[in-house]
Amino acid sequence: MVRRVPLFLKRRSYRRRRLRDAARLLPIFGAFFFLLPVLWSPGSSPAHDTAPDGVYLFVVWLLLILAAAALAPGLDSAADDDGSES
Amino acid sequence: MSHVLLIEDEPNIAEAIRFILTRDGWSVSTLQDGAAAVAAVHEQRPDIVILDLMLPGRSGLEIVETLRADPATQSLPVLMLTAKGAGREREAAERAGVSRFMTKPFSYAEILASVRALAGR
Amino acid sequence: MPFNILVLTCVTYVALLFLVAFVAERRAAVGRAGWLRSPAVYTLSLSVYCTAWTFYGAVGYAARSGLEFLTIYLGPTLVFIGWWWVLRKLVRIGRKQRVTSIADLISSRFGKSNLLGVIVTLLSVVAMTPYIALQLQSVTQSFGVFASGTPEGWALPNRDATAIWVAAGLALFSILFGTRKLDAKEQHHGVVTAIAVEAVVKLVALLAVGGFVVWGLADGPADIFRRIEASAISDWNLQPDRWFGLIFVSAAAVISLPRMFHVMVVEGGDESHLGRASWAFPAYLMLMSLFISPIAVMGLERMPTDANPDMFVLTLPLHEGQGALAMLAFLGGFSSATSMVIVEAIALATMVSNHVVMPVWLQLRPGVAMTGDVRGVVLMARRVSIIAILALGYGYYRLSGGSVALASIGLIAFVGAAQVLPAMLGGIFWRGASRFGAALGLLVGLLVWAYTFFLPSFGADGVIPAHVFADGPFGIGWLRPQALFGVSGMDPLVHAIVWSMVLNASAFALGSIFSFPGPVERMQGAAFVNVFDEDQTGPQGWARGKAEPETLLLMAGRILGEEAALAFFEAEARHQGKAGFLPDASPEFVELLERRLAGSVGAATAHAMISQIVGRAAVTVEELMAVANETAQIMEYSARLEAQQEELTRTARQLREANEKLMQLSIQKDAFLSQISHELRTPMTSIRAFSEILTEGDLPTAMVAQYGRIIHDEAIRLTRLLDDLLDLSVLENGTVQLNLGLANIQTLLDKALAAAGSTKPERAFIILRDLPAESIFVRTDADRLLQVFINLISNARKYCDNPVPELKITVRQRAGRVSVDFIDNGSGIPKESQAIIFEKFARLSDQSRAGGAGLGLAICREVMANLGGQVSYLPGQGGAAFRATFPLRLERKLN
Repeated sequence: MVRRVPLFLKRRSYRRRRLRDAARLLPIFGAFFFLLPVLWSPGSSPAHDTAPDGVYLFVVWLLLILAAAALAPGLDSAADDDGSES
Repeated sequence: MSHVLLIEDEPNIAEAIRFILTRDGWSVSTLQDGAAAVAAVHEQRPDIVILDLMLPGRSGLEIVETLRADPATQSLPVLMLTAKGAGREREAAERAGVSRFMTKPFSYAEILASVRALAGR
Repeated sequence: MPFNILVLTCVTYVALLFLVAFVAERRAAVGRAGWLRSPAVYTLSLSVYCTAWTFYGAVGYAARSGLEFLTIYLGPTLVFIGWWWVLRKLVRIGRKQRVTSIADLISSRFGKSNLLGVIVTLLSVVAMTPYIALQLQSVTQSFGVFASGTPEGWALPNRDATAIWVAAGLALFSILFGTRKLDAKEQHHGVVTAIAVEAVVKLVALLAVGGFVVWGLADGPADIFRRIEASAISDWNLQPDRWFGLIFVSAAAVISLPRMFHVMVVEGGDESHLGRASWAFPAYLMLMSLFISPIAVMGLERMPTDANPDMFVLTLPLHEGQGALAMLAFLGGFSSATSMVIVEAIALATMVSNHVVMPVWLQLRPGVAMTGDVRGVVLMARRVSIIAILALGYGYYRLSGGSVALASIGLIAFVGAAQVLPAMLGGIFWRGASRFGAALGLLVGLLVWAYTFFLPSFGADGVIPAHVFADGPFGIGWLRPQALFGVSGMDPLVHAIVWSMVLNASAFALGSIFSFPGPVERMQGAAFVNVFDEDQTGPQGWARGKAEPETLLLMAGRILGEEAALAFFEAEARHQGKAGFLPDASPEFVELLERRLAGSVGAATAHAMISQIVGRAAVTVEELMAVANETAQIMEYSARLEAQQEELTRTARQLREANEKLMQLSIQKDAFLSQISHELRTPMTSIRAFSEILTEGDLPTAMVAQYGRIIHDEAIRLTRLLDDLLDLSVLENGTVQLNLGLANIQTLLDKALAAAGSTKPERAFIILRDLPAESIFVRTDADRLLQVFINLISNARKYCDNPVPELKITVRQRAGRVSVDFIDNGSGIPKESQAIIFEKFARLSDQSRAGGAGLGLAICREVMANLGGQVSYLPGQGGAAFRATFPLRLERKLN
């Protein structure tokens, strides 16, 4: 059973799809930023950078939470439409 | 003198047959229309009927069937003529109960022989 | 602080929780759950992730390893902000399949296999026991801190007694609110509400201690920042392998920890709540970890060097003389520990009762689904399980001596729980995942985890002898528990994560690839992986008509309770359009009932119980699959046949049509020949007869002349007939030569009237014409057009039966075409004959034939077609009416 999907979507549906894309991308960005300290810290620098690292991590964390909070309402209302994964 | 009723819509053919039979000593009356044929038979009580297959008014086959259904004319000799001459017409005519079937054109001798044979002479 | 007051506070707090749980339960019972099911409560209930390990242990962790403690919260953050990937699907599946636990999820996904349920249950119990022990330990420790009165150290006269009291109290609470009823959906409003309250308490407590440290002891954030930089914490260096491994394992744990799965999927199960929690829960985690480092730094600064950093949250306020704050912190830690233990105990007890006790019990007493008191058995199994699980935790606590640092116990549990991840993710994203693969992966993961991480945690000579650590079992070096395959020098945690996950996932994948899943498994796989497809249907394993609805109702009543079962059956009966309480035992209904029961006793048990009533379901399903396979083959085959058949039918139809056409042509040809024969023989007859008569020789002269004329006339008639036939043949073939030229219509009509006058010259026709209208010059073949005109006028002269005959000729010119109408005032042509008058030999009656053979109109039609026009009969003109239409300027055809 092949359901024909129109090639172009209405603006609202299109926005919703892109919102889902953003929601899928968010954890990937998050993982990158959370793993970023690995690249600059390990052992090599004798500098005491624990406190700045901590501040960095908390700032990234906060930004991710804000981004997720911004995305969630849109995704929420879209939860009950077709739900297909494309 | 025996009487022949000739039912033929082509006036020239009727004239030819009338001439041939009259010369042989028959009394001949002619009719052009099929519709009046059965009534004419009852009225004139001919010894022999000569009938064209394709007639205006009523087809020769129908006339024969009507004659054969009536006990008075059941065994009346009927000579049927046709210009079509295909086997199908001959079969249909024989089924309807004609005594003799003849295809146009015919010769002088043929028509005379047929009528004589039907009259039993 | 007197020990008694502490105990009193605890008892009061617990009593408060009881009250909250009780009220929530009551409200839910009367259908006023309202805010109890709000996203806020859902998010707060997720905070069971933050246990005493977080509350106390995180500070100790930070004191020992700098920022590494953050990884435990960063992993879950990633999972939650990425809820669209995994959590949403889990929650949807949980709701659709009425999943009761993570063991049930795995068991249900892989064909309702109870073996998998048992494995996951075993794994969970083993992994969670130390974790529960950790909670008991931390509560006991915190009691000790107060009881000793000396914040620096902690010594409790009878810490074992304390721990056993705590364990018993928690067991009581869990039993009271976790096993009060056997719900179709494993939801416990009372417990959820109570842990939501506890979530608030622990957050407030930690924030209060943090605020006191930052603004009370230190001089604000900037000061803290400087102190951190100056402290020993800054000596910590980020280890990439641990950093990565811990984020991964905590991300895995937040999905696969039994208690997390329980609150996230089983209790909650609403996607919109999940959407809110996707950012609110990470925010909660962030707030919880915000002051960990400051507290650790200040603790290290202010407290004696021998003070246990795991207790800084408690000891620091005490040390600074903040008794009330310390009490709040104590309640926070108490909340963390109790909420975790309660939820974990309920989740594990559900698993144990559904996947171990019930199957064994059903095995021992077959037929019990119909007769036994299943409900009571399930509830009793859960209560006993809760007690047993807490007893295990207590046993572990006694065994380990409460000496291990909190953080490392937590990590052991995390890595253990993560072993479920490959089977779970594989199960919901990969249809090819099979029961064999899942079992293999889980067992391998369980073994590797136990061998490399869990058992070594008891220390050298704890469970595993020291020489095995050094030389491997039986001296096999590459099997050393912390250097598998000779990879030595790795951090033991990372070593355990890498090997357990790699071997687990590989075994799972290979096992799946090289095995063939059973039918139920394949259908469940499709139902799980394609859970978002709207009209997906679950496995319809139940044959029709084998089960009596009464029997099913009886059994459902034993599990769901009489009232609930009756309500469910009545609703379904109404759904089927039946009155009363007994719906038809259709496969759909039995399937629905099974899912409903699965919500209480798990998929495997529900399946087994219904099997007892309905019959051997597995066989039925396999038969169904076999039938389906055959059907598919037959359908494919018949589709091919159908295509062939269709082509044959098409060909046959074409042949039939061709045949009919040939037949018709043949009939037409016969008729035509017959007609020709008739038309030829008729004049021939006259000619032959009269020529013979003439040869007689003794005729009068007048008669000879008359018969000679007859012969002549008939010969002419014969000639004309042959001419007409030839003409028609030429016209029909389209090979006629047209002599195009200019002609005046008026002139043509004059000629035609004159020529047609010879037909029945005795009849005087009144001709009506409009001469000015007739003066049109046309370019055409004048002779052919004249032929048509003559024919039409002659026909009128022949057949018009009015005693005062009249012929009206009307000429019109319009749009490059000319039409000429010939209308007489006779009786016209009957409607039924109008269609055939243009056919050959279609003479309607022979009454007035004048030598025509019935070819006139057929020839007219062909002539007009050759002139680019047509001739047609005009009905309704009062008499016979013909219209000839032709172009004003006929162009010569090129061919």
